[in-house]
Amino acid sequence: MATLDSKIPSGPLEKKWEKHKFDSKLVNPANRRKYTVIVVGSGLAGASAAASLGEMGYNVECFCYQDSPRRAHSIAAQGGINAAKNYPNDGDSVQRLFYDTIKGGDFRAREANVYRLAEVSNSIIDQCTAMGVPFAREYGGLLANRSFGGAQVSRTFYARGQTGQQLLLGAYSGLCNQIAAGTVKMHPRTEMLDLVVVDGHAKGIIVRDMVTGKIEAYAADTVLLATGGYGNVFYLSTNAKGCNVTATWRAHKKGAFFANPCYTQIHPTCIPVHGDFQSKLTLMSESLRNDGRVWVPKKKEDCGKPPGEIAEEDRDYYLERKYPSFGNLAPRDISSRAAKQVCDEGRGVGSTKLGVYLDFSAAIKRLGENVIRERYGNLFDMYHKITGEDAYKVPMRIFPAVHYTMGGLWVDYNLMSNLPGLHVLGEANFSDHGANRLGASALMQGLADGYFVMPYTIGNYLTTQTGKKVTTDHPEFAKALEEVKARTEQLLAIKGKRSVDSFHRELGLLLWEKCGMGRTEQSLKEALAKIPQIREEFWKNVNVLGESNDLNQSLEMAGRVADFLEFGELMCLDALERRESCGGHFREEYQFPDGEAKRDDENFAHVAAWEYVGDIAKSVRHIEPLNYENVHLAVRSYK
Amino acid sequence: MSHQLNLTLKVWRQKNAGTPGKFVEYPAQNIPTDCSFLEMLDIVNESLVQQNIEPIAFDHDCREGICGMCSLVINGVAHGPERATTTCQLHMRHFKDGDTIYIEPWRVGAFPLIKDLIVDRNALERIQQAGGFISARAGGAPDANSVPIPKQNADAAMDAAACIGCGACAAACPNSSAMLFVAAKVSHLALLPQGQPERTRRALKMVKTMDSEGFGNCTNYYECEAVCPAEIKSSFISMLNREYVFAAARDSVSMI
Ligand SMILES: Cc1cc2nc3c(=O)[nH]c(=O)nc-3n(C[C@H](O)[C@H](O)[C@H](O)COP(=O)(O)OP(=O)(O)OC[C@H]3O[C@@H](n4cnc5c(N)ncnc54)[C@H](O)[C@@H]3O)c2cc1C
Ligand code: SF4
Ligand code: FES
Repeated sequence: MATLDSKIPSGPLEKKWEKHKFDSKLVNPANRRKYTVIVVGSGLAGASAAASLGEMGYNVECFCYQDSPRRAHSIAAQGGINAAKNYPNDGDSVQRLFYDTIKGGDFRAREANVYRLAEVSNSIIDQCTAMGVPFAREYGGLLANRSFGGAQVSRTFYARGQTGQQLLLGAYSGLCNQIAAGTVKMHPRTEMLDLVVVDGHAKGIIVRDMVTGKIEAYAADTVLLATGGYGNVFYLSTNAKGCNVTATWRAHKKGAFFANPCYTQIHPTCIPVHGDFQSKLTLMSESLRNDGRVWVPKKKEDCGKPPGEIAEEDRDYYLERKYPSFGNLAPRDISSRAAKQVCDEGRGVGSTKLGVYLDFSAAIKRLGENVIRERYGNLFDMYHKITGEDAYKVPMRIFPAVHYTMGGLWVDYNLMSNLPGLHVLGEANFSDHGANRLGASALMQGLADGYFVMPYTIGNYLTTQTGKKVTTDHPEFAKALEEVKARTEQLLAIKGKRSVDSFHRELGLLLWEKCGMGRTEQSLKEALAKIPQIREEFWKNVNVLGESNDLNQSLEMAGRVADFLEFGELMCLDALERRESCGGHFREEYQFPDGEAKRDDENFAHVAAWEYVGDIAKSVRHIEPLNYENVHLAVRSYK
Repeated sequence: MSHQLNLTLKVWRQKNAGTPGKFVEYPAQNIPTDCSFLEMLDIVNESLVQQNIEPIAFDHDCREGICGMCSLVINGVAHGPERATTTCQLHMRHFKDGDTIYIEPWRVGAFPLIKDLIVDRNALERIQQAGGFISARAGGAPDANSVPIPKQNADAAMDAAACIGCGACAAACPNSSAMLFVAAKVSHLALLPQGQPERTRRALKMVKTMDSEGFGNCTNYYECEAVCPAEIKSSFISMLNREYVFAAARDSVSMI
């Protein structure tokens, strides 16, 4: 049986990273260019890693499926990025950011990783500022901060409502510098379809050129996956349409363990679903909860009335009522469940009754419309474009939606998977957010992994590989290439009756109902029975038109949906086996009388890392125990 | 409140750059006014698949107006009729029942067509790779508050930095000029103290690459500003012109 060695350095928490950096193996600058590093993904994690490694002198090949690396999904992040700078002098510190993140994750993340994240957070802000990221500033010229959920200090840096865009453009500009210098070769519109493993080590990838359809192999000394999250398994999510699980799922099938796939985050503030045609959901940044108050009518009868006609005393500001100390800034999992609860009670608003109000009238009265416009203008505009409503005049209507995935490929402290040579960064790995991610900490993690962790830890693997170079002439490459080609041809040959999209919607709806905000043993068993049926029908009845040697968007989607149809099963299996509620994973059987999540630390204070053994239903669940030496496991309270 | 529309689409279809393209007519039926323009195309594509007709290829990803991937000319206007709105954020409530809608790709010499409504915009990337960055190695940066930046400068830099790099400016320009894009990129960094050391080099190299990529000259039509979804102001073009003249002068002095 495989053992999971997290390689957490010994010594006191505050000294671990320092010690590990010192103990890590270095690659001599003159030798670096002899090593080829594949980076799949050009979001914050991938772009920062590729640029940094290129700068250090490695020979980098970087891939993304969009037409430009700067369009990676990180671009859509709105609200901000955390750091423990304590510029507002409100009591923040590395220790506090560490503790908030561990607690926010409902005590299901590794202490050492989270501490390191908090530790490097400040360097990220320095680095991004140096690269020209135009963070918001105060009149005195210093950087401004705002608050995000799960924290009582103001530690979030932001660039209007476009923080992800500005951070990615910053990382991309660094990447441009390296592309121009010739250290990074960029392959846009190129999709990774398989991982190549040689003698138990990840040594290359198989990709499809999305313009010409050509399927090709690339070899390297190590492969980095920074391919983002799998939220689109639910079909409707706040992710970009192209986000997929393909890269990580293919790696999983080649031996990489998938950790905690059931940890998915449902974000409380998104624009509600309004029709069957809907192709995606739009987030309204959590930062809005700094000034917006969440409420529903106290009485069911009032739900159909225009909000302005509902008197103050007939409104239930349920977050402020239930969580007086965090109020509207309660963490995401808690806020989402609270919204579901009031809607389940029949007090939801809007035509579908699946919505709650986010009301700015008090803030507008207090601060003036101009201040609110300055803070959130682009979000109000976006809301207007989508709904046709003016949120300066009527409250926004919001509802939870799938947003982020804490689960991902298992990695050790070096960010290396159990499969040697495979490193995983950003949302694609499982490492830092436990069972629930706090707002503004994904951007932090992506850039921490790429700028400040990977450049130090990559040497630990590469120095073991001297003289072990493989090329695409190795028979494993030809084999993987043939498999990918055969699968592509198979998809095109089915010529059934249903579109790819219709299968994706069917899977998504099933997962939302059975493995969404609330999960039960029964709902999960139902999903586990149904998913293989949908998958079987897909492989008999999908209609993928067009050709393989051409730009073919149906073919691209078909490959991704085929992988979601497999991955969804593992997600439900993991949710079934985790017989507790924690963070975003809410098993209805395990709750306190007041509806709060009930963890089972005795039996489940561990990471579940799944091994593929040829049949998803028989996947093997490995365990990495989580040892808490510095924080005390407690029931999370935001009251 | 949502209701439904029946529309006629005239869509540019072209197998690849080497094959001539043409407009093909498709009905778009029972389109809810709440859906976005791309969701309307999804509905049409779903019906094409049912008829075994290859779906219409178009670029998109985030569908929330920020990635800059969507790119359609709708009834002759890049990103369609709504001001400051990308195609993916354009909603069908802005159309009327019975409308005929022409849908075309960006038509710019420097953006070769790939298929149907998809073009290759790598020329924009090459402009940025020529100098659109600040060389700052990870790990060596000073404390972020060590250089205060007046709020109005930071705000102005952010106004420029908001460009989503979609290329609509070039698609709308009678000369196919990419000046607004380049102006946004150059101004963003020129307005910040961190951007000063490479300022001259950056402006010269980016403008030079813009020319060599085959984009046209700016002759002040301002069509770019009218279609720009990120509301980049044409005053940044004046700023780029000043940057360029200044940079060229500095450059010639340093050559002596
Ligand atoms: C709407 C929205 C708002 C958010 N707001 C915030 C926020 O305010 N603060 C915060 O901290 N976090 C926020 N998040 C979360 C955060 O943006 C993401 O978790 C983070 O950006 C992920 O970065 P990444 O680099 O891991 O992956 P991504 O940015 O998703 O990049 C993935 C990359 O992998 C490539 N790729 C994927 N699959 C393949 C394949 N098979 N082959 C080749 N290439 C592939 C893509 O092309 C892309 O380049 C938000 C998320 C969303 C959806
Ligand atoms: S300037 Fe405007 S139109 Fe031009 S690329 Fe940037 S966002 Fe698009
Ligand atoms: S699809 Fe991203 S801007 Fe339109």
